[in-house]
Amino acid sequence: MSTSFDVVVVGAGPGGMAAAAVAAEAGRRVCVLDGNAAPGGQIWRGSRAETARKYPHGREFLNWRARFEHGGCALWQGWQVIDRPAPGFLRVECDGEGRDIGFGKLILATGARERFLPFPGWTLPGVMGAGGLQALVKGGLDPQGKRVVLAGSGPLLLAVAAGLQSVGARIVGIYEQAPLSRLAGFGLTLLGQLGKLAEGARYRLKTRHAAYRTNSWVVQAEGRDRVEQVTVTDGHKQSKLDCDWLACGFHLVPNLELPRLLGCRTVGGYVEVDRLQQSSVPEVACVGELTGIGGLEKALVEGQIAGWAAVGREADARALTPKRQRLQRFALRMDRAFALRPELRTLAKAETVVCRCEDVAQSALEGCACWREARLHTRCGMGACQGRVCGAAAEFLFGWESSGARPPVFPAAVSTLAAEADTPKSVRR
Amino acid sequence: MSEGFSITVNGKRVRVAEGTSVAAAMMMANEPCRLSAQGEARGALCGMGICMECGATVNGVAHQRTCQLICTPEMAVATG
Repeated sequence: MSTSFDVVVVGAGPGGMAAAAVAAEAGRRVCVLDGNAAPGGQIWRGSRAETARKYPHGREFLNWRARFEHGGCALWQGWQVIDRPAPGFLRVECDGEGRDIGFGKLILATGARERFLPFPGWTLPGVMGAGGLQALVKGGLDPQGKRVVLAGSGPLLLAVAAGLQSVGARIVGIYEQAPLSRLAGFGLTLLGQLGKLAEGARYRLKTRHAAYRTNSWVVQAEGRDRVEQVTVTDGHKQSKLDCDWLACGFHLVPNLELPRLLGCRTVGGYVEVDRLQQSSVPEVACVGELTGIGGLEKALVEGQIAGWAAVGREADARALTPKRQRLQRFALRMDRAFALRPELRTLAKAETVVCRCEDVAQSALEGCACWREARLHTRCGMGACQGRVCGAAAEFLFGWESSGARPPVFPAAVSTLAAEADTPKSVRR
Repeated sequence: MSEGFSITVNGKRVRVAEGTSVAAAMMMANEPCRLSAQGEARGALCGMGICMECGATVNGVAHQRTCQLICTPEMAVATG
């Protein structure tokens, strides 16, 4: 059965919620597709009314959720976008049931994921992303008394450390690969933004007993059945740390699979958009992390801009341009501050697995000239995650760029893939 | 939050609070989510439904992304 909406938004994180709320308040029929269990995206994952009120960004969530619900947006929770069966339509799936959904305007707010880099032992259970561990704890994983090492790069490390500590974990240390000089150069803007990301400047205070080391990175993880010990270095001296969990992510990369499938042009690893968030593909706008890793505030502003633009209220959209530009500059500066150091390319040994889905080792990839060759010859990136993990790693390790996305952009039932396009000619606009 | 309920992970009975994700329950039971192509034990990595490392068998259905799935009473989960 096909259904059509004036505006379809993909992703119910801050950017998607803001876009949908604005468009719905203007009277449009809006549908939001989201693959998670509840709206809020990663940053608002697990937000509950009773606890969210206590935090500034929790209140922001409640505010946007109220607008979103009041506007009467259809929320298709648990639906994944699989394909574009015809122009103006998306094929979506939930629990093995496929549907085609038509749109007049499409706003993509698919967010970002952590970049993972291979090092010996990174596949051991107990080694997770920093955001990954945070999400698991929000999903009921008991952190009480667990010794946690955080390593990698980006503001998320500090935010996650503080969050974990506040719920009873013992933070062994935080190891940021970027040099202090670059972070210091970034200065107060970063600390100000971190404050927001981290529910206030007290985050730094909370973690003051744990080491926050810059210029330091993980070298290996060891353990029998799960991680028990982590080796970190500052380039001169190595230290071994006992731990229960290693939370390790190297900043964030945008989820570009859907914009690429639709043909949106990317520049420098992000979707290229104009001041109204319009991509190179007519009727497709992109907001939030897709256009630059900038966090909550940027996503909200860009979401509102895309929402206004989708309903033809360009003046309202343009009123947010100065804010948007400031936040985009911030995103660029953050990319530079947390740029990855070349030593990280040498962590994986010959036998270290790079592609976790297909167990492809570093040595198998060394002879390959490009991502395509690696895929064809080694099956790197051909497994269930479709290169979402090893693609970003290979891009950094070997300089290979992924060359676009092919359907299905997410694993789907054969019946969903094989269904005839259910796309009536008359799409309501 | 309610008293919770129990599920089984590889036959082990585990008590979980309401709202617990299956991946979190598997970690707390010290059981891997899946075995890799070469038989290595793997657990959840990304926590957001993208990496597929937490794919396990839930109530007989294989390859479920357990980090995106909430436990229900008497659910039977097995390393996939």
